[in-house]
Amino acid sequence: MRMLINVPETVVADALRGMAAAHPELTVDVERRVVVRRDAPVAGKVALVSGGGSGHEPLHGGFVGPGMLTAACPGEVFTSPVPDQMVRAAAAVDSGAGVLFVVKNYTGDVLNFEMAAELAEDEGIQVAKVLVDDDVAVTDSLYTAGRRGTGGTLFVEKIAGAAAEEGAPLERVEAIARRVNERSRSFGVALSACTTPAKGSPTFDLPPGELELGVGIHGEPGRERRAMMTSREIADYAVNAVVEDLDPTGPVIALVNGMGGTPLLELYGFNAEVQRVLGERGVPVARTLVGNYVTSLDMAGCSVTLCEVDEELLRLWDAPVQTPALRWGR
Amino acid sequence: MTETFGAEFLVRWLAAVAETVDREADRLTELDSAIGDADHGANLKRGFAAVTETLAKEPPVTPGAVLTTAGRHLISTVGGASGPLYGTLLRRAGKALGEEETIGRVRLAEALEAGVAAVAQLGGAQVGDKTMLDSLVPGVEGLRTSFGAARAAADEGAVGTVPLRARKGRASYLGERSVGHQDPGATSSALLFSTLAETAGAEGVS
Repeated sequence: MRMLINVPETVVADALRGMAAAHPELTVDVERRVVVRRDAPVAGKVALVSGGGSGHEPLHGGFVGPGMLTAACPGEVFTSPVPDQMVRAAAAVDSGAGVLFVVKNYTGDVLNFEMAAELAEDEGIQVAKVLVDDDVAVTDSLYTAGRRGTGGTLFVEKIAGAAAEEGAPLERVEAIARRVNERSRSFGVALSACTTPAKGSPTFDLPPGELELGVGIHGEPGRERRAMMTSREIADYAVNAVVEDLDPTGPVIALVNGMGGTPLLELYGFNAEVQRVLGERGVPVARTLVGNYVTSLDMAGCSVTLCEVDEELLRLWDAPVQTPALRWGR
Repeated sequence: MTETFGAEFLVRWLAAVAETVDREADRLTELDSAIGDADHGANLKRGFAAVTETLAKEPPVTPGAVLTTAGRHLISTVGGASGPLYGTLLRRAGKALGEEETIGRVRLAEALEAGVAAVAQLGGAQVGDKTMLDSLVPGVEGLRTSFGAARAAADEGAVGTVPLRARKGRASYLGERSVGHQDPGATSSALLFSTLAETAGAEGVS
């Protein structure tokens, strides 16, 4: 596998240096691994801090800016960040209105953010946490670590970020974040395995001519492995899995997300199929976002995330956002 | 032969852990790539290297302080689930030792037992869930008998995870497909006890 890197040990730091150079509107602490909105702390406003393993770009650093995250903490590739990073981020962004931690449901992320919340509270920062667990491919039971956080994270960060930007208090921002998570569901598909810089070879074995249905964003397996399917067949499978679990009665926002190694040409074609299935099932689509937003390094494949929205959530979705990866409105 | 030891013994143990983890990093990552996300070796390598560096620079004077310092550094440098879990194991064990200046094997076993209990609580796991507890629990139990018994029991526990189905952590997503693979966390936990036995052997501690 050929990679555009120097050595595996410095990929995260190198990316942060490059990000700092490209985005003067962000403060990037390469050494301590914290990406912060340059104008933070923003007086009177709740701050949103997220983070997670690297390798899912633009998540989370690319979502830092007005209308979305106030700070992000990138960990090593596929490894959650450490509590020190989150505490430092919280201290840098807290205006006194409190901080919401947006945490994807993985054992490591949960443990590190929990420790960070305790430490931040010791420093007098008011902290609330929301756990994102939108992946329907995983059985949520006592016998698993629970559903994984994937594409729904983008909806939580965008919509709760807009609420914070409007000046909503911490408990309100937290409640909105929870509501978005409860109404979001995702399903992912891998057409090839991803390769971590540290390992240098594919992290799992997916023979050519097969795909993994229900894959996670670290290449974790999901429901089953099948012989290669067409875009039409994959859309039927993925959208049905999401709709059956979400059972929406109102309109949805659809995220048709690339895993990193699938061209936009294919993603748009896939979106056409996704919209067809949603139409057939009578699910109205209020907004659609297509692109590589919650990726898994170089994995080929896609995921579908639906978020059922009411008027308020849709208004917050449409609210202006100015980040490296998402920008609209003004 | 001696039956007690102080802070330096534990510093040498943790340095040996760092060396062993460095040597075994690829194997741990390989095991992790089968049922996890292929980063266990690299993460522990980074964490224990940081621990060794700190302990060499400012060696704490009590066994308890060695373990709490090491635990805090693992929490600050490793990330993932293994950072908080291994960090908590050592930090709690260190706290259990308080200000004692010399300890014996059984005292170390008691302290590590407190650490293991904290790990179980933090991770919400129990023996049989295909996690590090499957080698930590028998390892600590064996340590009450001898260093060699601890090593054998922890190894046996790690190998014993092969037929288990994972119920915690990232491997739990695999369900039945996790069966047939040795748990990387249990494997690295067993390294703690094998290096402890080696260190004890080299220093004539029983």
